[in-house]
Parts: sequence; structure tokens; C-alpha cells
Amino acid sequence: MRTTRTVLAAAAASLLASSALAGEVRVMWYSDGVEGEVIQDLLNRFMKDNPDIKVTLDNVAYKVIQEQLPIQLESGQGPDIARVTNLKELAQHWLDLRPLVADAKYWDDNFGAQADWMRPDGSNAISGFMTQLTLTGGFANRTLFEQAGVAMPGDKATWDDWIKASAEVMKSQKTAAAFAIDRSGHRISGPNVSYGANYIGADKLPAKVDDGTKAFATRLVEWTKEGLMLKETWVSAAGSTYRAAADDFINAQIPFYYSGSWQVANLSTKIGDSFDWVATGSPCGRAGCSGLKGGAALVAVKYTKNPADVAKVMDYLASEAVVKEFSERTLFLPAHKAVVEKGGLNWVTKDKNVGPALDTFVKASNATLPAADALPAWKWGTAYYGALVTRISQVMAGEMSLDDAWAKIDQDIADKVAQAK
Amino acid sequence: MVTPIGKALGAAVAAPVIWLASAVNLPLKAWQRATGTNGMAAFFLAPNMAIFAVFVLTPFVINFFYSATSGTAFFLADRTYVGAAQYERLFDCASYVDPSTCREDLFWKAVQNTGLFVVVQVVLMTLVSIITALILNREIAARSFWRAVFFFPVLLSPVVVGLIWRWILQRQGLLNYIFYSVGLEPHDWLIERSSAFTAAVTVSVWAHMGFYTLILLAGLQAIPRDLYEAAEMDGTRPARVFWRITLPLLMPSLLVVVILTLIRAVQIFDEVYVLTGGGPGTSTLYITQYIYEVGFASLLRNPGLAAAASILMGAVLVVLTLLQLQLGRRGEKKGARE
Repeated sequence: MRTTRTVLAAAAASLLASSALAGEVRVMWYSDGVEGEVIQDLLNRFMKDNPDIKVTLDNVAYKVIQEQLPIQLESGQGPDIARVTNLKELAQHWLDLRPLVADAKYWDDNFGAQADWMRPDGSNAISGFMTQLTLTGGFANRTLFEQAGVAMPGDKATWDDWIKASAEVMKSQKTAAAFAIDRSGHRISGPNVSYGANYIGADKLPAKVDDGTKAFATRLVEWTKEGLMLKETWVSAAGSTYRAAADDFINAQIPFYYSGSWQVANLSTKIGDSFDWVATGSPCGRAGCSGLKGGAALVAVKYTKNPADVAKVMDYLASEAVVKEFSERTLFLPAHKAVVEKGGLNWVTKDKNVGPALDTFVKASNATLPAADALPAWKWGTAYYGALVTRISQVMAGEMSLDDAWAKIDQDIADKVAQAK
Repeated sequence: MVTPIGKALGAAVAAPVIWLASAVNLPLKAWQRATGTNGMAAFFLAPNMAIFAVFVLTPFVINFFYSATSGTAFFLADRTYVGAAQYERLFDCASYVDPSTCREDLFWKAVQNTGLFVVVQVVLMTLVSIITALILNREIAARSFWRAVFFFPVLLSPVVVGLIWRWILQRQGLLNYIFYSVGLEPHDWLIERSSAFTAAVTVSVWAHMGFYTLILLAGLQAIPRDLYEAAEMDGTRPARVFWRITLPLLMPSLLVVVILTLIRAVQIFDEVYVLTGGGPGTSTLYITQYIYEVGFASLLRNPGLAAAASILMGAVLVVLTLLQLQLGRRGEKKGARE
């Protein structure tokens, strides 16, 4: 622990030293796919037109954004701009760009729908903008289904339908498992809501684990015990560690994979023409067929020494043309209202699977339930997600019963709330 | 024979060293006159002690303060003083034997796991190191090569060790490939609780045994050869030679090895974290990972609770270190008497 602290202090000091230079803007960025290269290209163009501002892109691992950035921010340091997914919990560290941007109305009109996700409750601050909108959803290996002679479930198919069909493919094609869901509390929250879950209590504080969550989580545990869900994804770690099962889908080890729209570029790049795949949207539960919206935002950090330059960079990156180009090249769903309304996005890909997959996600985004739509702007979402993933994986590993897990999840969340108050 | 060019190069290298030595000579002599021999010792120890104070002692002291506070803020000034509440939370248990009855069940699970890991790993590490040292102390073919082979893993970063073994043991790893190739059923080495624990211990022993073997090898080579020659002339059986000569005379080195292994085992984190992530479930969740998860990795961090847990772990390490010092001194006294 002491070594980690020393390294973090050194890193923070170096960042502070570098960000203090006039005209220099540092951006902390992580990538799921090719977006690091795309944003660097866009920033190079910006610097050519604005030679007095030097923008440095620090490409880091997602783990750095999750674990080290919050510590830098707590100590009043960090980059000038950061790409983050933990939007609400860190909202007090974001810079209010409203007085700094060229046209605040443009920001409100085009990014207003998600502005609450990244600003403190009750504030009208412009903290940044979503670089991509995401929606959780499934992917199916069409080639494996065809080879197995199993029909893929249709539009309103339930989770049970998908698991049953995938199990048949598993048996026929001898895959490692029928399906996998990323090891993440966020990822199972869409399905939980589809089964009727509501995490938010009447007082806006976390509600106790309800029947909806219990219904899906119980199924998930049973599917794992039966060998239908790829056990290692959830069982092979302790705590709230994130584990994606994308590689297992890419290697055709599972015919069905539940993750989200941000995987489209990754799947396209790594699968190539090895097999055909499709996005399926979210399977249905008894309450609906909901995924969970979310995404990554680019936010300005309030400890910057160059707020005017930061606002210039943000204005450029949030401009309609740049957002459109960024989305087309990264295969990310845009959050910019005008870009979405005008449509006509020319996805830069030769992969025939990509266009239909993105269309499916756009269509599925209309099927999300209110209980799911409330979560991205809810402060306690991360506390809920962490407790769910920690305890459910203990049940899967045979360390505790489901009844004990519900009690522990409620206790964990209550502890987090008490600690944060 | 030294060539003129060699001589010139040597002189060129030596010149600045000689200049530096003469430059510090006078002030050092003055310091020694003023402070005596103890002052000189303090002078040479000062840089190391300063580093120790800044990077070890200060964080340790700061941790005490953190452990008496609550909240998610990192600055002490922004945190709420809660006294011993974090310790009370850690010790809030119906039965310490059953972690599930504890409020912080993961802490006690980690304590239990660490205890088991320490016992198994220390015994295994000591045995394997002794056996390896005994073999490498014999006149075997390519002895230097084998010594290097056993020491090589020590040079690897723990993260690299974890990644290599993960690549070997994962479901689609090398070991299962070999099993599959010879017609055996593949096994989920890192998913089954017993095999994941075995893997954690084995990898840890593999990674560090070279260092302890080296200590024991030095101990073995310090044993006078004439004792063995006398035993051979008396026709003593090899097993009796080991128990009556080798083991007693190796005991000081062995004690050092046991205590160092013990301390290292309590601190286990990096290679196991990379290898198993603490899983399956929490079966390889050890105390350092628990502290890391609570203080840094979880979505809503709790630095106060992590600090309290690390203070408790620090206390265990202090006891072990004192034990090592005590045993070391006893060994020195015994050696001096003999």
C-alpha cells in the first residue's frame, strides 16, 4: 500500500508540474477500441489551428481512471480534462464551463439530456459532454447458431428463451458455456430492472434489494451452477473487480454474450470475418426488455490552471462536426442531439455486422424502463453495483446462500451510504 | 599485464574519485573529531534513515490518524473523527471462527485465508528451499547453471510471475492444452477453490524459493568440511549426518529463512492478485488485497477502514520482526559461546 501511495504521489506531482504550464492542456484518456487514435487525430487538427494551445493526450488504462484519478482529484490535482465513466460520484471536481464556453445554449440544446449525469444535484453547471452514449445489450454468434441449427430468439424473447437456445448451441457446438455477462454490477442492472427491480427508494436513497433483483440474480446463480453461464467470468475474482467476457465471445467460446454497445468496435476489429455476429438488444424479463444507458463523458477538471484554454478545447471537441466524425470513426453512439436528429452517420467500417448492430442498439434505447433511466444520474448507483457483484459472485462460488447475500448486499450499501454522508 | 592504454583509462577513471575523496576527507575528519565514532555512524546512516522516515515511518504514523476517521475524503482535515469506530467495526463479530457472522466478513475471511496461506507456504517454502540447497551444495554436474535456474524467478517482477502462471493455468492455458493433448480431462485450475489455493501457494514458492535457497546454501557452505570428514571416517549414516551435523549448524540460517518467509507470506499480494484476483469467490483473498480493495479499488472508497486494517496487519509484522531480531540475537550469543 505504501509503495502504491508513493507512486501515486510522484505521478500526481508530475501531472501538477506539467499542467501548470500556460497554454498547455492535458487530457487523461482511456480507450475501449480505436478512439484514442481518433481523438489524437482530431486534437492534432485543433493544435494546427490554435498553435498557442498544446494539448497532450495521456492514454491510460481504464483502471487508472477508476482508481488513480479519484485520488488525484481528492488532492486537488489531476489532468485538465478527463474521460470518465464515474460521472456523478466525482461531480464536485468538475469545472463549470458555463461562463467559459462560446455558446452555453448550444451545449444545453445538444447535451442537456445527459447534463445531470455529471453535475452535482440541483446545479445547472456544464461539466462536459458524453463522448459516447452506451446501452447494455446482448450479442449472438450467428455462425454458431446456424451451425447448430438453432433458431435465434426474436425481438421480444425472454432471458429464459435466450439461455435455452444458447444452451442448445453449447451442446451442439461444444462451447465452454452457453453465455456470459460481464462481471459488473452495472451490467446486470438492466436485466434486474427488466425483472422489475428498482434500486432507488422514495427518499432517493438506496432501497433494499427487491424481488426484481432477486428474481434475475437467482436465475444467474442457477445458470452458473448448471454450467450455462461461463463460471470464470464472475467467480475468478473477489470484490467488485471488473471482468469482461468479450474475449470468450471473440474466441467463439460462448454463443451469447451480454455486454453493451461500446463492444461493437472491439468485436468488429477482433472478430473480423471469423464468424458472423449480431446485436440482440436486451432480452426481456417480466417487467420489460430494458438495457441500462450510460457512457463515457469528457469533463473539465476544476483544478486546471488554464480554464480558458480548456474551454476552447472542449468547445472544439463538442462541436457538431467533430462529434459526428468522432462517432463515425469510433463506431460509438453519439449523444449530440442535432447529430442524432439529422442522422446520416456514415460508420467508417467495412464490417457488414457493424451497421445492423448499431441500429439494434439505437432501437433498443427506446425500450429502456424508467427505473433504468434514473440510474445514470443517481449518486448511489456505484454503491449498489459494487455490493451486487461482490456478493452474487460469492454465492456463485458456493461461499454463501442467496438469502445471506441479500442481507449482506443491504448491509454493504447501508455502510457505503453512512460512510459517504 | 596492463597495457599503457589500460593504465591511462584507469587513471582517468580514478582521478575524479580521488579528487572527490580528498574533497570530503577534511570535513569528514572534522566531523569525526567533533562527534566521535558514533557521530560517523550517524552520518552514514542519515540518508537511509531519512528515506525510511519519509516513506515508511511517516505514512505509518499518518495511517494511525486515518484509522480514527471516517468518510470518503482523502485529506485528513476533511475527514470526520470517529475514534476507534473503524476498529470496532472490524472486530464486530459474533464468532471470529465464522467470518460470515462478522460485520466485516471479508476482512475476517482475508485473515483466515492469510493464516492458512502463511502456515502452508512457510512450511513448503522452507522444505523446498532446504532440499534444493542440499542438492545444489553437492558436486553435481552443471552446478552453477542449476543455481542460476533456481534463482532466476526471484529476478522476475511479481506481476510477470502472476501473468506467466495465469497463462499456464487458465481454462485455455498451457497446462490444460497438455492435458488435452494426452487425452486427459482439462481442469479449471483457477476456478476450483482447492486448486486455486494450491496454485497460489505453488506459484509463490516457485517465485521466491531461489532467494531462500541462496541463504541456506551460504549457511551450508559455512559448515566446516572436517565435521563431515570425521563423520565419514566414523561410518555415520547420511541421515544421521543431516540430523546431527547439518541441521543444527544450519539452524541460524534456517531461522532467518523461516522468519523472512513468514513476513513475506503475511504481506502476500501482487502475484496472487494477478493470478487469481482473490477468487474463486474469496478463497484467495488475502489481507493486503482486502486493504487495497477497501482503500483504493472499490467504487466508494473507505480509507479509514483500510487504514485500521493495515495498522492491525502492521502490528503483526512488527511482532514477527521483533521475533526475528530476538532469535537472531540469541543465535549470535549461542555462536559466541561455542
